[in-house]
Amino acid sequence: MAAMLEREEWKAFSDFLALAAAGLFTLIGLILALAGADPAMQFHGCVLLGAAGLSFLYILTKVIERREPKEETGYADGVIRAGTIATVFWGVAGFLVGDIIAWQLAYPALNLDLPWTSFGRLRPLHTSAVIFAFGGNMLIASSFYVVQRTSRARLAGKWSPWFVFWGYQLFIVLAATGYILGVTQSKEYAEPEWYVDLWLTAVWVVYFLVFVGTLAKRQEPHIYVANWFYLAFIVTVAMLHIVNNLAVPLSLLGSKSYVIYSGVQDAMTQWWYGHNAVGFFLTAGFLGMMYYFVPKRAERPIYSYRLSVVHFWSLIFLYIWAGPHHLHYTALPQWAQTLGMTFSIMLWMPSWGGMINGLMTLSGAWDKLRTDPVIRFLIVAVAFYGMSTFEGPLMSIRSVNSLSHYTDWTIGHVHSGALGWVAFISFGTIYCLVPWLWHRRALYSQRLVEWHFWISTLGILLYITSMWVSGILQGLMWRAYDSLGFLEYSFVETVEAMHPFYVIRAVGGLLFVLGSLLMVYNVWRTIRGDEPVDAAEQPSIAAAPELRPAAAA
Amino acid sequence: MDWAKHQVLEKSSILLLIGILITVAIGGLVEILPLFWLGSTIEKVSGVRPYAPLELAGRDIYIREGCYVCHSQMIRSLRDEVERYGHYSLAAESMYDHPFQWGSKRTGPDLARVGGKYSDEWHKAHMTDPRSIVPESVMPGYPHLGQRALDYDNIAENMKALRVTGVPYSDEMIASAAADLETQADPNAKDLQAFLARYPKAQVRQFDGDPGFISELDALIAYMQMLGTLVDFATYDAAGPNLR
Repeated sequence: MAAMLEREEWKAFSDFLALAAAGLFTLIGLILALAGADPAMQFHGCVLLGAAGLSFLYILTKVIERREPKEETGYADGVIRAGTIATVFWGVAGFLVGDIIAWQLAYPALNLDLPWTSFGRLRPLHTSAVIFAFGGNMLIASSFYVVQRTSRARLAGKWSPWFVFWGYQLFIVLAATGYILGVTQSKEYAEPEWYVDLWLTAVWVVYFLVFVGTLAKRQEPHIYVANWFYLAFIVTVAMLHIVNNLAVPLSLLGSKSYVIYSGVQDAMTQWWYGHNAVGFFLTAGFLGMMYYFVPKRAERPIYSYRLSVVHFWSLIFLYIWAGPHHLHYTALPQWAQTLGMTFSIMLWMPSWGGMINGLMTLSGAWDKLRTDPVIRFLIVAVAFYGMSTFEGPLMSIRSVNSLSHYTDWTIGHVHSGALGWVAFISFGTIYCLVPWLWHRRALYSQRLVEWHFWISTLGILLYITSMWVSGILQGLMWRAYDSLGFLEYSFVETVEAMHPFYVIRAVGGLLFVLGSLLMVYNVWRTIRGDEPVDAAEQPSIAAAPELRPAAAA
Repeated sequence: MDWAKHQVLEKSSILLLIGILITVAIGGLVEILPLFWLGSTIEKVSGVRPYAPLELAGRDIYIREGCYVCHSQMIRSLRDEVERYGHYSLAAESMYDHPFQWGSKRTGPDLARVGGKYSDEWHKAHMTDPRSIVPESVMPGYPHLGQRALDYDNIAENMKALRVTGVPYSDEMIASAAADLETQADPNAKDLQAFLARYPKAQVRQFDGDPGFISELDALIAYMQMLGTLVDFATYDAAGPNLR
């Protein structure tokens, strides 16, 4: 009885806290909307006012009705379903903006000569949409799924997981609309201004608490390896985000700020952040996904426990050092450049350790690559991961970097990682999750997954091969000398030479967008509960756990 | 090796968390912190000064439009770059840049020393319609910059915020910020000498050739025309007392 009471009190307290927070942010939104020092801040005040106000009303009605959410016991899957849909939505949006700006580089008239549609403002929109909106939602949703299953515990918190979800969407909307309006602090992959950074910090702290809180009440004695990676991702991204974004705002009511670092120190801090956005956001977190969904889908144990221990600690230790390879031959002191290059090369080993652990998990089940396109997405993602993490150390070597830096080779490298690894492992995860979360017998169509796989693979190949050629070509043209010892090409001649490759790249991107639209259709039909067209061809693991034939369980 | 020992970390989320925190903190501490106290990080050169108010406003427009996405401001110490763009960039040249604009991609050329390379008229025509000057260019046009009046009511606030971060703007510079901004766009201004004493080597003229009002284009061209012009490389001796 006493325990019951205590539980009731806790619930009332958490309701009060949620209401108070929503009320506070409604007030802040109102103040910024009315007294904002610039139009962007007023607009963002209105957005905050609307979002927090609606949350306040929603929480209030729930508290008054005293109606408990349906899934009070068991796993909290509602927020994961929302996150999966958000992942698909932002993915398509981010790929589409990426392809638009790819066409802009081929045909500059597409910039329309308007402030809001120029490449300089849309490029951060693309990178943030794919990294933070698509990748971030996938990470949050999948981590919530994995941590519950591997801990055999319900997500910690009643309102907090939903605050993480909606708060994160608000962060995306504030950042994205800000870019279009010209609100940026110009640090790559950290463009949002100070107030959006503060909001993300609040969301991230709650995300961390939900994740660790769930681990704390786990029913399993061991923390599963996927959760090590998710935890490292959450903690390290918090550290990177806070340190890199320290800034002095002009006014608490204005959008503009100046970062506290300058010049060479700012460059080092930025690329410490920037490279570890890759290392921890786009690698460690997605490795967490690999460690759950590859063995789950293949119905095989992880290849090596020891390899996962060695690979985990060496990966997170070495990655943090790699940033200075973005600054070779610059005004950064040479000792820092050398450290960055050395650790980047060493990083090859733990990266391939992870790749081997993922690929070899398929031992004895390689035939599934042929029969199950979902596992093909997951495994080809790991193969692309291996390729990118070989190419990365190669490009970090100073003499290679002198050719590749500032060229499209870097863009191609990033996309072999982003499209091949991050997006493919996400697609595989989404195709796993949708029937599992919506209690379906199978995906609507496995054949559409096949089409998605091949169309986007073709798109990636066009993308990265065209960027290899254009990058190396431009790098060589920049340093070409004629027989008299003069530079052979003017800069604009090297721009002109890029045109055919920019067209090929944009076509590759278009294929990738088309593939993702097939996924939207397939996911939508599956969620709607339409009868699968090829259920017989799909493996039993495609079904939600409670709908699998007993033999497979 | 006794692999069972790792179970200590696997069975305690707090120990795992602490282990991760220590592991990921080391690299950044070693690579970033020394840059703040090693005197050799930034060369001792004369000539580098904080941005004049009009240049600063132009720089903020450069940031707002995302120019750094396609243009670097960092000439590497490679033969072809030095021949194409000029002396390799010094750390001192971006010591007042909050944030730095070194960039990471050259879809367009490096701009670290673009100051004085082209005329104001060239910049104006190029910003308005890049392909009217360079037919092969893939740069977006920015015709609105020349039509839009520069909003500099708060320019002193920008300089105050920068002073908090360590840029040596004096009280005098902040007090005369708006007036200095107008002076730089007006060759006939009364307080020209005082302005030039505060911001040596500053270039003073109507940058966009339109005397009606100070436009965003005025500010942007003022910024472009000063890039890389502050350090006198005729007297700079990389091996001498400037050696870092």
